[in-house]
Amino acid sequence: MNAQLTAARRGVRRGWIELRQMLTNPHDIALVTISAAVFTGVMLFSRTARVPGTGFSLGTTMLASVLGMNIGFNGLASLAGVLAVEREDGTLLRAKAVPHGMTGYLIGKIVTTSGVIFISVAGTLITGLFLFRGLAVGQAGTWLTLIWVLLLGLAATLPIGAILGSLFPSARSAGLLTLVIGGLIAISGIFYPITHLPQWLQWIGQAFPLYWLGLGMRSALLPPSLAAVEIGHSWRHLATFGVLAGWTAVGLMLAPVVLRRMARRESGSTVAARRERVLRAG
Amino acid sequence: MLGVDPAHGGEAWRARLGVVLQSWRDHAKWQVRELLAHLGSYYAPYSEPGRRRPWDVDELIAAVGLTEHARTKVRRLSGGQRRRLDVAIGIVGRPELLFLDEPTAGFDPEARRDFHDLVHRLADQDEATIVLTTHDLDEAERLADRILILAGGQIIADGSADELSGRMSTQAEVRWSRDGQRFVHPADEPTRFVRDLFRQYGESIEDLEVRRASLEDTYMALVREFESGAGADRVARPFSVVAR
Repeated sequence: MNAQLTAARRGVRRGWIELRQMLTNPHDIALVTISAAVFTGVMLFSRTARVPGTGFSLGTTMLASVLGMNIGFNGLASLAGVLAVEREDGTLLRAKAVPHGMTGYLIGKIVTTSGVIFISVAGTLITGLFLFRGLAVGQAGTWLTLIWVLLLGLAATLPIGAILGSLFPSARSAGLLTLVIGGLIAISGIFYPITHLPQWLQWIGQAFPLYWLGLGMRSALLPPSLAAVEIGHSWRHLATFGVLAGWTAVGLMLAPVVLRRMARRESGSTVAARRERVLRAG
Repeated sequence: MLGVDPAHGGEAWRARLGVVLQSWRDHAKWQVRELLAHLGSYYAPYSEPGRRRPWDVDELIAAVGLTEHARTKVRRLSGGQRRRLDVAIGIVGRPELLFLDEPTAGFDPEARRDFHDLVHRLADQDEATIVLTTHDLDEAERLADRILILAGGQIIADGSADELSGRMSTQAEVRWSRDGQRFVHPADEPTRFVRDLFRQYGESIEDLEVRRASLEDTYMALVREFESGAGADRVARPFSVVAR
């Protein structure tokens, strides 16, 4: 059997193993459950609030946007964080020592992260169906849009997440990235319509995939009349596709170069130096 | 290394190498057997006649003495068990050339003995070339066919343990007791020294013990010589090809 193909299959297997480990680890389960509960709480609080200018529930709108946020946050911040941590603890060096191990490792991470995203999107959506009214889940178009936004969202965020994870020098500094993404969420119209922000913030928000992931999910799950409160009074499917495809192209172009550079730099002494630094810092 | 510049070594070349890393806390959630089976599976396409890759996972776990812990999560292993897992990961691909960086640091005497048996087995049955760095000279003497001593970044000695001690005029140590009193005496020529001893005291000599210079003595002598500058002109040649 071809070694590259073996490594790809091993990677998929690795992804499944790590996903199963997460789903059976009390610590991971608690973390996911608590954050899901917090978001659901926020949405429930806003259930009776209205989207400005309409009679539609702000909570339901939030639910749709949060699906987009799940993709963006996990694809960017979580993946980057895991890469930075596993570079520090020597997991990547182990992968490098094995033939085609890096390929297997990265495919594994993509599978695990995608799995987490699928589970969180499905979990949020199912909870939402019980708690919120007004989600347009009865039409085929809803699911079609949801699926292409989800898949294109993965393609747009995972390579960028991997690049960010390779660039940050330590797990601690990658923690900063979570803050940055948090700030980005605030200006991406996830919890409140972006049109109520100053113009310049709207432009910044629209430059990143998070806004478009939220918009895409809203376009899938909310009634067509809600498009009226968006920028340009439209769901802007073409622009959504264009921006996400653009990020995908940039990510896929840069990722091989950046990841190869990172892999080349991994050595026993760099891992040992990082360990020293972490232990010294306590 | 193995005829290839490490900077340009491909994946097939990598499959023939094993490196035992000083692990820290990677793969904490994995079970021992799960991890070894997974990492080993990457080597399957690189099997060669007479060298089936990877190593059978249960056999390997038994070889490093982790059978009881096959289902234990890596983070629950003790320090010594973790080191043995590191060794197992290093050799799971049945390497032709294996690097061990202070493999027995922190081992208890029994684990150390087991590990030495494993290294002998790898070298003899698997015909692996093993490059081992250690501060434990006893270990080097027991395991190595060829010993290189590094001081100040330079190779100051190169040879088998016997060759090294032969090259240095290190003294043997003679111990004996006479009339209930213990004596210790260094001797350049222990045989002659002992003969003289018997001639002088005859039957009253008891508990005779002659200790030849150990590698440790040789090492100390070599390093002392190097540090005093006397060894500077006889620094051994730099590394050429280590692997066979």
